[in-house]
Amino acid sequence: MEAYKKHSSVAAVMNRSNVDTDQIIPKQFLKKVERSGFGVHLFHDWRYLEDGSDNPEFELNRPEFKGAKILVAGDNFGCGSSREHAPWSIADYGFNTIISTSFADIFFNNCFKNGILPIKVDTDTLKALMDEVEANPGIEITVDLAAQQITTPGGQAISFDVDPFRKDTLLKGLDDIGWTLQFEDKISEYEVQHRQQLPWLWPSA
Amino acid sequence: MIVRLFVRPPLIWQKCFGKSELANANKSKHACKHQESTVEVPVKEAMKKTMYQKIWDAHLVHQPEGSAALLYVDRHLMHEVTSPQAFEGLRIANRPVRNSHSILATMDHCVPTKVEERATLPDPIGKKQIEVMAQNCADNDINLYDMNSANNGVIHIVVPEHGFVHPGMVVCCGDSHTATHGAFGALAFGIGTSEVEHIMATQTIQQKQSKTMLVKVDGELSPFATAKDIVLAIIGKIGTAGGTGYVIEFAGSAIEALTMEGRMTVCNMAIEGGARAGLIAPDQKTIDFLKGKEFAPSEEHWDQAVDYWLSLKSDDGAEYDAVVELNAADIAPQVTWGTSPEQVLPVDAVLPEPSQINDLIKSQAAESALKYMGLKAGQKMTDVGVDVVFVGSCTNGRIEDFRAIAEVSKGKKVADGVQAIAVPGSYPVKAQAEAEGIDKVLIEAGWEWREPGCSMCLAMNGDYLQPEQRCASTSNRNFEGRQGKGGRTHLVSPAMAAAAAIEGKFVDLRSWK
Repeated sequence: MEAYKKHSSVAAVMNRSNVDTDQIIPKQFLKKVERSGFGVHLFHDWRYLEDGSDNPEFELNRPEFKGAKILVAGDNFGCGSSREHAPWSIADYGFNTIISTSFADIFFNNCFKNGILPIKVDTDTLKALMDEVEANPGIEITVDLAAQQITTPGGQAISFDVDPFRKDTLLKGLDDIGWTLQFEDKISEYEVQHRQQLPWLWPSA
Repeated sequence: MIVRLFVRPPLIWQKCFGKSELANANKSKHACKHQESTVEVPVKEAMKKTMYQKIWDAHLVHQPEGSAALLYVDRHLMHEVTSPQAFEGLRIANRPVRNSHSILATMDHCVPTKVEERATLPDPIGKKQIEVMAQNCADNDINLYDMNSANNGVIHIVVPEHGFVHPGMVVCCGDSHTATHGAFGALAFGIGTSEVEHIMATQTIQQKQSKTMLVKVDGELSPFATAKDIVLAIIGKIGTAGGTGYVIEFAGSAIEALTMEGRMTVCNMAIEGGARAGLIAPDQKTIDFLKGKEFAPSEEHWDQAVDYWLSLKSDDGAEYDAVVELNAADIAPQVTWGTSPEQVLPVDAVLPEPSQINDLIKSQAAESALKYMGLKAGQKMTDVGVDVVFVGSCTNGRIEDFRAIAEVSKGKKVADGVQAIAVPGSYPVKAQAEAEGIDKVLIEAGWEWREPGCSMCLAMNGDYLQPEQRCASTSNRNFEGRQGKGGRTHLVSPAMAAAAAIEGKFVDLRSWK
């Protein structure tokens, strides 16, 4: 996984709440057996017209938001299915940061596994951020994960919380499985004890 | 020894939340703080645990300082859509599957529900996914109920049928409706594909402890309301994000009175309330359900297992971070009217006027939902017609669901112009229904009787709505396009769906003859 670095980038605003994973990546695109190439299908049903051309009314099709790496979105982003195709498509499209007031639980976890930083801010902060971007579409804002701060050209400086463990893995681009396997002896010890306590869980029992 | 701790009696919570939505229980918790009292209690009292805490403690492998905890995963469930990339990841890193016996796999999302299409698999991409699943399971010695197996069906239907999940287990699956298995008192939750790979490689999952919410439903349910109506009413009350960050424990006399099938329906939709998982304490019904199942504990260990299961119940006086109470007698048959499961009302209600909703975000959401659904504020749900009726899914694809629709449909006919589809959750459900003559009753009434699969719950397999078609569905999500692009979904119980099929519109079962 690529390490998450401090960056300045165009922020796109999506002022909708409860954006669900069925919208992020509709089911007809879930049948691939690879992890890559989902970006072109991101928000498919909103993003494209019947004839396959770009829907000019869809937020992300605004020319000012081209190349955005930061998505500023409404409440409860990513609700619904567990499909990791949702963060895969978001990352493949080019976003590495999502700012919202709240995220659905599974989606939130899935983001960190894919180098995406989901940032929770309060309602007023989100509104101020959306307002500044809407007033100056195309502006670049800066996200500094190490300092846990977002800064805007308009002078907003927003601090945010992030779980220290997740921060560390994102900054280093660490592989989760490799991290866990450092503790393989603990897992083996646990299995011996668990098997003694609940022997019926194992096939030989 | 005496320790000091905060005691938050459930009554106080109830007063704080009142009848209003629990949009952010955490905020409410702080708002309530002045009502907390500090009392002195013996230290033993402080160690009273919720069921969630007991399962967590029993599965904690390691908690490195400042990092995520590693929880042991007893059972890993799998289907064809969220697993191929995980196997690919293992292959690339040359990592083996640690405990293949802990995995049970099925094919459900992409499988056609028409006999002729099952043989030919007309969708080449879906076909490839099914083939890759078979190969991955064969390569890794994983028990797979493939499309042609007599055990095949929707993962969350199949797993309980074989007793693969027991109380007290930690269970994961790359599927948000894994919460279903909380009905057995197992901590069961959905994960992403990276985590599927992680569990295959390590048999653990990195977790942060969730908060706990007790949802207590007491009283007697009307004969016209079901487990589905209970859970829809709960989501209507707490909202789709109300449970975010929580594991919900469902309790109370109305939950205890449910069958295991009904409890599965309730826990299945815990995720629709935003919760990581739902849990119900194991009792005699749980034990009776598991007895004799293929993967249930053997005779040798049965008594020991049962004692363990019964010890999992939350201790009396255990504390929860939030408590929500509902009176079962107040729960009418429910219908969702919008594009989020929280947009739900009793069937006899009229549709809301967005401008009268105080919360700006909810007001805007209501307006756009009404537009998408082709409905008007002030309209009565019982005046809304349906084009399609879908009965099935991991929420309502079990035998009692088909018994319910057969009872409603017996001697009646599906209304002209309505397509009514019954999709059993598994081949065993189908066989049982056929043994009881349910298929004949339904076919006679004009229903289509299909092969098992997820089908029109998420419309990946060729069963989908046309734009603007309106569907009464026993599934779990009414998101835009969920059942087909432009399709309009109303979530209901099986009996409500069947009555809508007969009348061609939604009816209030309580006054329907």
